[in-house]
Amino acid sequence: MDFNLQTSRMTMMTASTGPLTVGSPETGAADAPPARARLPEPVAPLFERIRAGRDLGANTYSTVDVLWVLYDRVLRITPATVDDPDRDRFLLSKGHAVDGYYAVLAATGFVPAEWLDDPTSATSRLGGHPDRTLVPGVEIGSGSLGHGLGLGVGTALGLRAQGLLTPRVYVLLGDAELDEGSNHEAIAYAGATGLDSLTAVVIDNGSATHGWPGGIAARFTANGWTAATVDGHDHDALHTALTERTAHRPHVVVAVVSKEV
Amino acid sequence: MTSTLEATPSPAAPASPGDGLMRAAFVAELTALLAEDPRTALVLADISADSFAPAAHRHPDRVLNVGIREQLMIGVAGGLALTGLRPVVHSYAPFLVERAYEQIKLDLDHQGVGAVLVSIGASYDRPEAGRTHLSPADVALIDTLGDWTVHVPGHPDEVPALLRATVAGDAPAYLRLSILTNDRPRGNDGSLQVVRDAGPGAPLLVAVGPLLDPALAAVEQLPVTVAWTHRPRPFDTAGLRALAGTEVILVEPYLAGTSSRVVAAALADRPHRVLALGVGREDLRRYGTAGDHSRWHGLDAAGLRRSVTAFLAPWATPSR
Repeated sequence: MDFNLQTSRMTMMTASTGPLTVGSPETGAADAPPARARLPEPVAPLFERIRAGRDLGANTYSTVDVLWVLYDRVLRITPATVDDPDRDRFLLSKGHAVDGYYAVLAATGFVPAEWLDDPTSATSRLGGHPDRTLVPGVEIGSGSLGHGLGLGVGTALGLRAQGLLTPRVYVLLGDAELDEGSNHEAIAYAGATGLDSLTAVVIDNGSATHGWPGGIAARFTANGWTAATVDGHDHDALHTALTERTAHRPHVVVAVVSKEV
Repeated sequence: MTSTLEATPSPAAPASPGDGLMRAAFVAELTALLAEDPRTALVLADISADSFAPAAHRHPDRVLNVGIREQLMIGVAGGLALTGLRPVVHSYAPFLVERAYEQIKLDLDHQGVGAVLVSIGASYDRPEAGRTHLSPADVALIDTLGDWTVHVPGHPDEVPALLRATVAGDAPAYLRLSILTNDRPRGNDGSLQVVRDAGPGAPLLVAVGPLLDPALAAVEQLPVTVAWTHRPRPFDTAGLRALAGTEVILVEPYLAGTSSRVVAAALADRPHRVLALGVGREDLRRYGTAGDHSRWHGLDAAGLRRSVTAFLAPWATPSR
């Protein structure tokens, strides 16, 4: 191992703040994510591979548990069924939560793990926001907030119109993303029309600038949705909430996570 | 000298010669298509919902009125298309194209799926409603996107075949309906159609959609070849190259200059001059009739004649 890499792993001192860790792809104890962000076993090494020592925000970690529970235990999709009309649909609306998404897609075989080694490079299919035309298993291209839920409503309606009544449509959003008014168009309409094949998942890390007085779930239930608010890191609670359904009512799962990593 | 902002109705530009006829043709044909093809769907935001009530009753899963929610209207269309349906989306032009422009860009284009957007209320079809209901920039906005086909029919009888052919495909398309119409229909595949031939090398006037009749009247006494199209995108550049001499005059019923870049690119290897006529950018803050607005924007026969004459013989016309 060359000298420079050894240096990059060293813990350096600064005058005022004490130890400062410098990341590297070969994770050592010094630069592992803090305990709060322990990742699901099959995802962790792949997440570290795409993280490549970068210091990612809390919102990147906070989504991984939900993504893993969805792909591991809930969604009826496999790499072999990415084009099956009868598959479940997962729409990542908060398209910036992309590192965990790609890691989960690699852990479940939708994309080769090697793709994680050069995200956003000139030749990579993995962008800073996902593109459905470039990544197998990705249902929508997202990035600009407030587009996923409307597309999810349309997807659920399209499946219903074709008699495909088994697939469910899951849309993952963030609590700050709900600031976008387009979501409220979709929430009101899905509730009014009883679109029961639709499940919204809102990762609530309390980042909406003006908050949601009365709670996020209330925004949905006022429009006829059923709602479950759970610990966003509790896999069993997430599984139970994500698999709830009521005839003629769309469902929302509010997954509460810490704003800190 | 007569002010161009004079409010007297002009007999050359009747206010509403075909009021609602294109829309009626659209409603009838799409109602038939919904019954014939289970792939066809319609998304509305209240506008025209009454007219489609019989279709909605027959096909409740494929005729979807989301209420006054234009962002959702396009988002739903994107989702429908992702599942393999062919969505038609319909509203007033400013609410269909301008209000939810990012949804058109991202929920359709970026997802790699198409829809057929069908607008009513073209440019100044309803000037009594004021600026909020005017949308001369719709075609220019659509033109910022990828490979959209834009149809601007010139007569209600052209609408059914255009709609049917467009819905049968998968590509993104914009069908722009208007109360303004020509005297008679002229259907074809969208390539430039010579209506009046002034011989080799003559200035070429290209009229789009319902502006053919005033354009023909405008150049009646001038040695100008007149070609017509209902399909400004993709513009028939091969036809343009075959017909154009040195002077090209565009007469478009939406924002002036919308097709200038296409003409410039098509004729980049030849010396040429272009006069681009259409609706002006200014918010006139005036009501009146569509005929008034045609005159104020210089798109009635007299206004077009003034502009064309000045363009062809600039040395003979006093500067304005």
